[in-house]
Amino acid sequence: MSLPRNTDYGTPARESEKEVTLSIDGIEVTVPAGTSVMRAAQECDASIPKLCATDSLEPFGSCRLCLVEIEGRRGYPASCTTLVEPGMQVRTQTPKLAEIRRGVMELYISDHPLDCLTCSANGNCELQDMTGVVGLREVRYGMKGKNHFDLLSALSKDESNPYFTYDPSKCIVCNRCVRACEETQGTFALTISGRGFDSRVSPGESQPFMESECVSCGACVQACPTATLMEKGVIEHGQAEKKVTTTCAYCGVGCSFDAEVKGTTVVRMVPNKDGGANHGHSCVKGRFAFGYATHPDRITTPMIRKSIEDAWQPVSWDEAIGYAASEFKRIQAKYGRDSIGGIVSSRCTNEEGYLVQKLVRAAFGNNNVDTCARVCHSPTGYGLKQTLGESAGTQTFDSVMKSDVIMVMGANPTDGHPVFGSQMKRRLRQGAKLIVVDPRAIDLVRSPHIQATHHLKLKPGSNVAIITAMAHVVVTEGLVQEDFVRERCEWVSFEQWRDFVSKPENSPEAMEIHTGVPAAEVRAAARLFATGGNAAIYYGLGVTEHSQGSTTVIGIANLAMATGNIGREGVGVNPLRGQNNVQGSCDMGSFPHELPGYRHVSDSATRALFKDAWGVEPQPEPGLRIPNMFEAAMEGSFMGLYCEGEDIVQSDPNTQHVEAALRAMECVVVQDLFLNETAKFAHVFLPGSSFLEKDGTFTNAERRISRVRKAMPPLAGKADWEVTCMLSNALGYPMDYTHPSEIMDEIARLTPTFHGVSYQHLDELGSIQWPCNEQAPEGTPIMHIDEFVRGKGRFMLTEYVPTEERTSSRFPLILTTGRILSQYNVGAQTRRTPNSMWHDEDRLEIHPTDAELRGINEGDWVGISSRAGETVLRAVVSERMQPGVVYTTFHFPESGANVITTDNSDWATNCPEYKVTAVQVTRVTQPSEWQQRYRDFTKQQLDLLPKSPREKV
Amino acid sequence: MDIQNLVKMANQIGQFFQSYPNHEEAVDGVAGHIQRFWEPRMRNAILAHAQSGGETGLLPLVVEALQRVHGTQQAA
Repeated sequence: MSLPRNTDYGTPARESEKEVTLSIDGIEVTVPAGTSVMRAAQECDASIPKLCATDSLEPFGSCRLCLVEIEGRRGYPASCTTLVEPGMQVRTQTPKLAEIRRGVMELYISDHPLDCLTCSANGNCELQDMTGVVGLREVRYGMKGKNHFDLLSALSKDESNPYFTYDPSKCIVCNRCVRACEETQGTFALTISGRGFDSRVSPGESQPFMESECVSCGACVQACPTATLMEKGVIEHGQAEKKVTTTCAYCGVGCSFDAEVKGTTVVRMVPNKDGGANHGHSCVKGRFAFGYATHPDRITTPMIRKSIEDAWQPVSWDEAIGYAASEFKRIQAKYGRDSIGGIVSSRCTNEEGYLVQKLVRAAFGNNNVDTCARVCHSPTGYGLKQTLGESAGTQTFDSVMKSDVIMVMGANPTDGHPVFGSQMKRRLRQGAKLIVVDPRAIDLVRSPHIQATHHLKLKPGSNVAIITAMAHVVVTEGLVQEDFVRERCEWVSFEQWRDFVSKPENSPEAMEIHTGVPAAEVRAAARLFATGGNAAIYYGLGVTEHSQGSTTVIGIANLAMATGNIGREGVGVNPLRGQNNVQGSCDMGSFPHELPGYRHVSDSATRALFKDAWGVEPQPEPGLRIPNMFEAAMEGSFMGLYCEGEDIVQSDPNTQHVEAALRAMECVVVQDLFLNETAKFAHVFLPGSSFLEKDGTFTNAERRISRVRKAMPPLAGKADWEVTCMLSNALGYPMDYTHPSEIMDEIARLTPTFHGVSYQHLDELGSIQWPCNEQAPEGTPIMHIDEFVRGKGRFMLTEYVPTEERTSSRFPLILTTGRILSQYNVGAQTRRTPNSMWHDEDRLEIHPTDAELRGINEGDWVGISSRAGETVLRAVVSERMQPGVVYTTFHFPESGANVITTDNSDWATNCPEYKVTAVQVTRVTQPSEWQQRYRDFTKQQLDLLPKSPREKV
Repeated sequence: MDIQNLVKMANQIGQFFQSYPNHEEAVDGVAGHIQRFWEPRMRNAILAHAQSGGETGLLPLVVEALQRVHGTQQAA
């Protein structure tokens, strides 16, 4: 028996202040004006048969199955394309309609293989359902005529995509896949080729899917009503038995999915139509790349060793935890209370993050806890807290549908946050204007039906110069929304800022030498931003990962306040978070200076609150941040680390420095799914659990808290939160939670912005955007509506200070780094899936001019050297780059992208300056010295694993 | 703690606040930042360096701010 399907209303919901009342089969129904007759009928439970209609797509009117009769109208209009009118009297079921519908179905079925019993869609096929609904009993034309399915006629299946197949013989040419690719995803990779009988779905120019522009988001598969486009998981396993609604573990969009499960096997992940962040859409990672969870590389047995030169010894959980605890106690006794600490990943749940900081604060007795948000969005936390009063984005994703001007700065949403990228593209196709501020021509600059009005192609490292120059234009050309500023902001800070940005040295003309962007272009972009209607800023790591990352965030907040673009739909300051739970891990107090809810450790009232709850008072001084931990390790005062879910050796800058720091420590405990790069330097390995194996919550970039629900049992027998509890207990600080819901209850009790959050409330509402408390029982989609969280908004000065990382004759190019759609962060998950078919190595993108100067051709091996180190990659010659700037991704450890990046960091937060490294690029014939050492070390470490690491003790 | 690195970090903080026209606000900004975000062993190392005499490599604004941090620590 297949899973029950959600109600499909046939056409999308419409918003209108005007309501229309009509009669459908004698029942009165009232709907917003603009609603289709089909949707209105479904609203009163009168299902009209349909094939080409589905409520995620605009009506198309091709299948002719949804015809109805309307009093006073001739003929039989299609209910999907006919809009409701006041007083309309509709009949959805009459003998004539039944006859027409049977006739239509008869034609469809006469060209469809009748292999239902062995078909992969059996039990979940809309064609099958509709045939039943209309009562088709015979096909008078027989099955022998010209068709698309018999041996002689059928086109071969396209199985090129690793995740789904395309079987043209089952296609009914309803266009749903083509429309999904256009409307939902915005890629326009599909079309219908041929005419009449020859019409077939065609990826690209009649190419296999994998050779076309298809980005494998799965929208077409989702939209297909038959088995034409079908997940290979379903073909292999059959229809699932149950579904578990959970949240994606990849990027900061935080898509809701139904994990469809059979026994303990996840058959497929289906995007949840009710998901507040994704509304039923998905990307290639969340939809398909979950196979890493059961990859043979998973290590499911705890292991210990005295030295990293020793073989790993598989042990019981108790023994591993006991050993880690005794080592931590020994180190603290020898080197002092502050000599150990913990790092928790933003890939972990809120509950896990909360427990790790609690472990550090209550059991270790210090504040040495940090999260990987340190290396991505810590400047967002600082900059937004200082200016607006809360370390979080101001909007809900849906807000973009009300934006008139969208400014994307240092972000690449179509690759990094693809589902939101699709939503943004939808708004841009509706006519919103786009300003892109990026050194690279990202896809958004020019893609089907989208063209940026301004692309400010700045030099890496000059963000502050651009944002200050834009502010100069806004102020000096009289474009400030003074009423807003007077009412909502600190006037003194505004005046100070106004005087500062008005200085001639902050004009676009004066800044041109730093930014490389023509002043006229900056002026035009600033005018558009200030006067084009609702203007919203979306930014990413291209803003934060700089020596002036926090300054740019502050500059963005200044610009939004000065132009009155904050506190309502369509506007706002929107950090696009790198990983799924960056927002959450920061909320949970994972930073060394803050307790949960962004309260500084020096605040004695907050410490007293935690003392009451925990029985231990947190220390009043800030702890070490990740890079400070490395520095302290090198000087011999930080000797033990508990690292959960994070791979600092691969993801943090200046790899050789990180490695040296880890080698200097006496006990490194790694809790992870795999023997990641950091685990190669560890003394204790505790097996982690993937998001499919545990309960918890993630908080996405729009502050949306969503449930993670267990879809299969943990492979190693324990969820991560249980492991942290065991470690704490072994250290003598009791943690006796029996379920993550109890951890959330504790978070809610202790954190004012979470007071109203509980698993029960999350189950009721689906998801909740914090703050959720007595003032906002159902959460807060838009922040700072009537006043800023800090009261009055505060303008701060943003003087441009060029980074110390400058080009020279020795290092004449600037390297900047980023990510790609198919791979995710350090790649530990996606590299272990067929996503590598799209991207199986990191490459160096270089402009043709720079390539030619160096005699570099496409595909050549090139050495990239910086002041920190050297690595070797293959070259891609591309005009997406500007001359003087090269680019690479960092998804593969052997690429050594972070061997080259330096220790430079943001002035306020120590967020590394990944985006600017001065390098030289030369043609080479062999891997770098580091890469050769890396290969030898990796081989040595893999040889030290037990023969069968999955074997239980 | 690598003192050169700490000097660089402290000067970066100084560079942010030195554009403030009100000198007191700038000194407070640097001192407050180091007080609120630097772990004590980092703070102690930079204070010791600032008091070591000779060329510290620190911006004058940072030196002044560190005196304020020192004063706060003495008072606590």
